Amino acid sequence: MALLERAPASGGPQPRPGRPGRPGRPGRPRRRPTGSAPGDRPPGHPPRGLVAALVLACATMMALDANDATDPVLDPARAVVGEVLGPAQAGASALVRPIAAVPGFFRSRSALEDQIAALEAENAELRTLERTSDLDRNRLNEFEELTAAAGSLGYALVPARVVGMGAAQDFSATITLDAGSDAGLAPDQTVVAADGLVGRVLRVTRTTASVLLITDADSTVGARMASSMEVGMLTGRGVAGERAGLDLELVDGGIRPRRGDDVVTWGSEGGAPYVADIPIGRVTAVFTSLRDQTQRVEVEPFVDMTSLDVVGVVVPSGSASDRAVIEPDGQLR
Amino acid sequence: MTAARSLLLGVALAVAVVLQVSVFPEMAWRGVVPDVVLLVAVAAGLARGPQVGMLVGFAGGVLLDLTPPADHVAGRWALALLVAGYVAGRVAQDSRTPDLTRGPDGRTPTLLVLATVAACSFLGTSVFALSGMVLRDPPMAVPDLLTVVLVALVWDLLLAPLVIPLVTRLLARLEPERATG
Repeated sequence: MALLERAPASGGPQPRPGRPGRPGRPGRPRRRPTGSAPGDRPPGHPPRGLVAALVLACATMMALDANDATDPVLDPARAVVGEVLGPAQAGASALVRPIAAVPGFFRSRSALEDQIAALEAENAELRTLERTSDLDRNRLNEFEELTAAAGSLGYALVPARVVGMGAAQDFSATITLDAGSDAGLAPDQTVVAADGLVGRVLRVTRTTASVLLITDADSTVGARMASSMEVGMLTGRGVAGERAGLDLELVDGGIRPRRGDDVVTWGSEGGAPYVADIPIGRVTAVFTSLRDQTQRVEVEPFVDMTSLDVVGVVVPSGSASDRAVIEPDGQLR
Repeated sequence: MTAARSLLLGVALAVAVVLQVSVFPEMAWRGVVPDVVLLVAVAAGLARGPQVGMLVGFAGGVLLDLTPPADHVAGRWALALLVAGYVAGRVAQDSRTPDLTRGPDGRTPTLLVLATVAACSFLGTSVFALSGMVLRDPPMAVPDLLTVVLVALVWDLLLAPLVIPLVTRLLARLEPERATG
């Protein structure tokens, strides 16, 4: 930022020796007096060296980061920014959540484990809670379904909340969770919601995790048709709105999926990044081109990616965490 | 004073990033949110000229590139916002020379500010999208890119009357003698 401060001295139209109008010299103004206040110097063109340096810095960063899969040079920088701004995101999200959701929703954002523990105790009182605000009811339902999901999937789940969402201007579909390595999260873990698959963890800081949604254009998920057991690859389309969705390419191109067929995860070796048999979505349209023997299968995800709130991250059963973990038998630990 | 200005601009950028990532998605239209960071860079450019606009844009872009949910190749927003801040600064600077485009009170006319915001928003998001196409970062179709760029432009115009005066006033309060608004 030191550069910024020298702006008036080095940034102005460079005073060259011999030219009239050097800063200290009384005389003709070097140009029209431009600002409103007398003596106000025009900010001037930035020096070429600075322009070149900044553009080069951008290019260097892109070059360094372009093959980050093999050579993560910028990951330390990402981690530092994440450690600082992650809690800020969680705080801002916690502040805005009640305002954005329901005006009458005043419950403070206490620790998640408290809420889940209370949920267990209050399961019997759910009926009475139904009379409170819709959001309260929906959230309780989400926790309950998540608990049920852990039981039916056979994996331990760490519950987490979405505190940040990448803008569509980024042309990528990513979210931030308020759980990080302290909660037992690590890269390449599966993220699910009550309805089905959400995505996978890209990187974690101590308190946050970045998640790549399955609707991102860079996301590929191994998928299996629930009806025919045929396998294929699901790729995201990278757009939000009505064209959001997934494209399924079956390994056996001769198979014609039907509308309404369900698609589940195929599962990766060792359960990373995707564990097996998580529901993903439903086939909504099949386009076949007879001429070149290709077909395009559109799959709509079960999870609405634009209204994500509480999600679960699949962790190995028994892993250490700073919050309550939902174990396969549905118990909290 | 100068260190205070840098610090304040840094804090303003951090606040803008958090707003853009955590607060505005609540009211996003198809995931498109207002580019608050871009607006801060444009405001800095309009108030202080191309050099400051460029530096603020670069710093804000780097922050946006590295903040958690971001997964694109780092440096793309830095380049895009650098261009936006520079162009805003040039508009402010050049519009000062002939008195025709300046109001009687020496302020940049509101219409010109809005036109600058529109131009810089289009330019910034487009540069980001184009760098993505060059780097094959997200393989996406041009019509989808254009829709997002135009929706973002409308958002930025809506939010500009809130953000631009705020940043301008912030800068003016720190250095009243250089306030050119």
